[in-house]
Amino acid sequence: MNRQRVSRPIEVFVLNLGEVGLMFGRTLRALFGRPWEKRNFLYQLEEVGVKSLPVVSLTAAFGGLVFGLQTYIGFHRYIGPGTEAYGGPAIGLGLCKEIIPILVGLMVAGRVGSSMAAEIGTMKITEQIDALISLGADPIRFLVVPRTLAAFITLPCLTLYGDIIGMFCGYFYNVVLMGVNRSIYVTQTLTFLELWDIVSGLIKAAVFGLVIAIVGCWQGLKAEGGAEGVGRATTKTVVFSSIAILIINFFMSKAMPASLTGR
Amino acid sequence: MKEPADFLAKEKRGPQNQIMINLIDLHKSLGGKKVLAGVNLEVRRGETMVVIGQSGAGKSVLLKLIIGIMKPDQGQILIDGSEITGLSEEERLRLNRKFGMVFQGAALFDSMTVAENVAFGLERHRRLGARQVREMVSEALNLVGLRGVEQLMPHELSGGMKKRVGLARAIAYRPEIMLYDEPSTGIDPIRADAINEMINKFKKEMGVTSIVITHDMASAFRVADRIAMLYGGRILEVGTPEEIRHSQNPVVQQFIRGEARGPIESW
Repeated sequence: MNRQRVSRPIEVFVLNLGEVGLMFGRTLRALFGRPWEKRNFLYQLEEVGVKSLPVVSLTAAFGGLVFGLQTYIGFHRYIGPGTEAYGGPAIGLGLCKEIIPILVGLMVAGRVGSSMAAEIGTMKITEQIDALISLGADPIRFLVVPRTLAAFITLPCLTLYGDIIGMFCGYFYNVVLMGVNRSIYVTQTLTFLELWDIVSGLIKAAVFGLVIAIVGCWQGLKAEGGAEGVGRATTKTVVFSSIAILIINFFMSKAMPASLTGR
Repeated sequence: MKEPADFLAKEKRGPQNQIMINLIDLHKSLGGKKVLAGVNLEVRRGETMVVIGQSGAGKSVLLKLIIGIMKPDQGQILIDGSEITGLSEEERLRLNRKFGMVFQGAALFDSMTVAENVAFGLERHRRLGARQVREMVSEALNLVGLRGVEQLMPHELSGGMKKRVGLARAIAYRPEIMLYDEPSTGIDPIRADAINEMINKFKKEMGVTSIVITHDMASAFRVADRIAMLYGGRILEVGTPEEIRHSQNPVVQQFIRGEARGPIESW
């Protein structure tokens, strides 16, 4: 009995992981097949990318401000008054490598992942997925590939955009609001921040994009049991992909080199 | 790659093989429950076969097996003499140009206009220019008595209109086999009869082979060449409407009369 209680969640976890893996494999295979759903892909680029700009702008701005604020306090308290301007590279590093990719990932999981699950889930329970098959269209190629590809491409773009906003807000808080030395802040940031710090964040964002789209589509295609089932699929998408983003983020940060210049 | 070409080639050879759809010993379980337990059914070319049975008897599952949305646990499906359950997904999808399916709730794509819905199968199954597609879309819509609705979205249509657009979408690319899942359910009797008329018209004018799933007996008698009753996961009886009407089987009699008392449990 006890053993069953322990093994059941593990079994469910492994099963789910297997299903996601299978879905990813089918998506990858369908990516190279025909017909190429260009119109769907362009539509998804707009849905995932352009329409996420306001939410990314806001979160990146406040992420940058608050990170600027705490770095200021950190330098002021531990290294000493007058050293706050040296926090520039730390702000850049933290934002580009971790905070902005995670914030963008979580926001897009909430905004886009959930809507993918809801849309595809509704199509599933109203037999529109069955109708696709009856009309000779592969649901993976028609629905999953455009969404996955769009998320894979747009997440790094959104992250780069978020990096710029976040960095500017960190600068704004320190230099404009707190009056730290502008010249030191900027030169220190430019000296110590590497291109790799930005690129590694973008690579992670691309992986988050894959995770969000695959989980959203997987949950949507699995939905059953009417409106309640669609609701469940939506919630699960946000929970699963958010947790996955945080876990994957740690392991990718650990696995990727901290610097490419050996510093 | 193995082409389903032998299959597609046969379509041009005409009715030398009279059996168009042959279901042999089909089994299917869903969620641990045996839904189909050895279904055998032959549908002749150009014939309308109505499958009747209670709700939940597995009628829709039968259609989903034929069109490849589900795979049988056991058994064979022969279309025009070729076995199709062993085909790859890719081959199966290509094969679906032979089939048109009308869904119970129409299942129109709600992110597309009526015209895009009707053009969907056309664009996939036939190599046509944009103008030809447009013409064939209006032709299909005219066929089901709809005009000027091309640019409307599905949510702007009434239930009956949705059903008709569903019909137009399925018939637009001229499939050889039509599968109807509860075509008259959820609409008023007059519109239901108009749908029956269309089913008969498609058969007469285009020679399509049809399977109609229903529990509406008026509709069944109106369109059927033969009626098969699905009960307990098997085909209980097959016959012409007259034979079914005079069947000695108490289960069949209870069902066609719609009586609560009898061998079929009402709850």
